[in-house]
Amino acid sequence: MAETAVKATELEKSFGEGNAKTYAIRQISFEAYFGEMLYFVGPSGSGKTTLFSMTSGILKPDSGKVIVEGKDIWGLGANQIADFRLNKVGFVFQDYHLFGKLSTVENVAIPLILKKQDWDRSIKSAMEVLEVVGLANRASLAPGKLSGGEQQRVAIARAIVGRPDLLIFDEPTASLDGSTGKRILEFVKSDLLNDKRCILIITHDSRIFEFADRIIEMEDGKIVNIKSGGEIER
Amino acid sequence: MIGIFRIALKLLINDRAKFAALIVGITFAIFLIVQLTSIFSGILFKASANVINIGAKIWVMDPSVNNPLNAIPMPDYVLDAVRSMNGVKYAVPLYSSVGLVRLNSGAYQPATVLGLDDATLLGRPNLLEGNIEDIYGENAFIVVNDQEYAKLEKPAVGTTFEINDHRGVIVGIAEVTTSGLFGIPTLYTTYNRALQYLPNTRFTIAHVLVEPKSEADIPAIKDQISKIGYKGMTDLEYQKEIADFYMYKTGAGVNILMMTAIGFLVGLSISGQTFYTFILENLDKFGALKAIGAKNSELVLMILFQTSFASFVGYGMGVGLSALLIFLGRKYVPSYTAELGYWNLGLAFVMVLVIAGVSSLLAVRRVIRVQPFEILRG
Repeated sequence: MAETAVKATELEKSFGEGNAKTYAIRQISFEAYFGEMLYFVGPSGSGKTTLFSMTSGILKPDSGKVIVEGKDIWGLGANQIADFRLNKVGFVFQDYHLFGKLSTVENVAIPLILKKQDWDRSIKSAMEVLEVVGLANRASLAPGKLSGGEQQRVAIARAIVGRPDLLIFDEPTASLDGSTGKRILEFVKSDLLNDKRCILIITHDSRIFEFADRIIEMEDGKIVNIKSGGEIER
Repeated sequence: MIGIFRIALKLLINDRAKFAALIVGITFAIFLIVQLTSIFSGILFKASANVINIGAKIWVMDPSVNNPLNAIPMPDYVLDAVRSMNGVKYAVPLYSSVGLVRLNSGAYQPATVLGLDDATLLGRPNLLEGNIEDIYGENAFIVVNDQEYAKLEKPAVGTTFEINDHRGVIVGIAEVTTSGLFGIPTLYTTYNRALQYLPNTRFTIAHVLVEPKSEADIPAIKDQISKIGYKGMTDLEYQKEIADFYMYKTGAGVNILMMTAIGFLVGLSISGQTFYTFILENLDKFGALKAIGAKNSELVLMILFQTSFASFVGYGMGVGLSALLIFLGRKYVPSYTAELGYWNLGLAFVMVLVIAGVSSLLAVRRVIRVQPFEILRG
C-alpha cells in the first residue's frame, strides 16, 4: 500500500445562512495516495471544486479534517496555510490565470519568487521546467501569444516548478480539443506522476478517464461511487 | 522580497495604457499643486519685496501694520527712543510712499519712493550703473531695473523726470532681489529729499530699521519696543506677517488653497480610479497568487509598491514640468511670478503620498477580500 498523501475526514461545508443555507459537501471522507492519479468527477454543482478547495488549503471546511504529513492543515494559521499551499501544492486552474503582462518564463517562476528565491535563480529554474514541458523556445513570449494547449502547459510548468507533493488540476481539458487534452494527460501521467507525488484532477471529461488510477464520483455534495482498476472505462 | 516588487513593477508598467493614465493623472495633479503654490509663493515673495530688498534685521512699526503698503507713519521720537534702547547698535528711519512721476513723454506713472537714511543709506540697493554717493546730488534718484523698469521708459543715468512737480534726475540704476507685487517701479532717494518731494502727513517715518549689537539682543529689543507701544519684528517675522496678511486677510490664500485642492482632487480621482480599475481587472490574478501561496501582506506590499512607484514617477514629472514652466515663465512672460521652494515641494509630496495611500487603500481592500476559492469556482 502506497503512503497516504492526503486524508480527508468527515468534511462538511455549507454556504448561506438560514433558509438560504445550502450544503455543498456532506460528510465526505477519502484518502489520496502518493503515486496516484485520483479523479473527482460529477455534474456541475456536485461539490468537486469545494472539496478540492478544502483539500488544498483554500477553503476552510465547517467541520472535518484534512491531514497532510500527519498535520491537520486547518489547524494552521493563515500564513502557515499560505506556506502550505506554496510549498506542498501545485495548482493548474481551469482558466490558467496566467499573467498576460509577464513573460511565459516569469509566469512559471512566480511560485519560486513567492518562496523568496533569487530572481535569476527562479528564472533559470523556470526555464528548466519550460524545457520539460517543451516550451523553452516560447519563454520570452507573453502567454497571450501562445495556443490554448501551450498555455495549459505553462500553467502546468508553474504548478510543478516548486516541486509540490500534491498537484491539483481543475478541469484540465476544458479548453482543449480532444487530442491535445489526451497528450497533456499522457505527459502528466508519464512525466509528473511519481511515488512522491499525488495528482488530483477535477473533470467531467470522460475522454481522459483512462489515465485515472481511481475515480471518485460525486453528486449533491456526497461521494456516490469510487472506481478503481478494471472498473474504470478505458 | 525584491522578486515580488519586480513582478509588481512589471505588472504595472507592462499595462501601458493604465500606467500612462496613472502617470498623467498624478503628474497633472502635482503640476497644478506645485504651480499654484509656487505662484502663491511668488506673490508672497513680491509682497515682501521691500523687506527683502532693504534687508534690515529688525523693523519697527505701528502695532496695526501688517504689510509695508499700509505703513502708518510714526513720530520722530520713536526713532530716538529706539536708538536709546539696550542692545541697539544703530537705528535709522525709512520713508516709503508712492509718488506720481511725469515722464519725458508726458505720461504719468506712479512709483514707489523709498527714502533711505541720509547718514547711513541703510538698505541701499546694489548699483548696476552710477555711484551711490551721487544720491546726495541735487534731485537725485536711483531707479531699480526690475520687471517694472520699462514703465518709466527705461531711463538711463542722467535722464530727468518730474515727481510731484519737482525735478528728478536718475543718478544710478540698481538691481534688487525682487520687484514689488503691484506692478509699479521703484525709486530710491534720501530720506530728507523724499520728505521734500512727496506730500506728507504729520508723522513721516514709515519704519525704523534697527541693527542689533548681536542676535542675542533681538528679543530684548523687541520687548523694549513693545513697551513704548510699537511693534518690532525681525525681517523673517515681518515676511511671515505679510504672508499671513495675504493668506488669511485678502482671500488669496483661500482661493489658491481651493485651486490646489481641486488639482489634488483631479489627480486623486484620476489615479485612484485608474489604479482601482487596474486592480479590478487583475483581481483574478491576485486571487490566483493567493491560491498559489502569496500572503495578504505580500500582496499589500506589491500594491503599495505599485502605487508608490507610479506616484513618485508622477511626482518627479509634475515637479519637473512645473520647474520648466517656471523657468520659461520667468524668462518670457512679463510680471510672471512663481517661487519653487521646499514648502511647495513638501506639500506636493505629502499630497502625492495621500494620493498613493488612498489609491492603495481602495485596491488593498479589494485584494484582501478576494478569496482564492472564487477563482477556482470561476
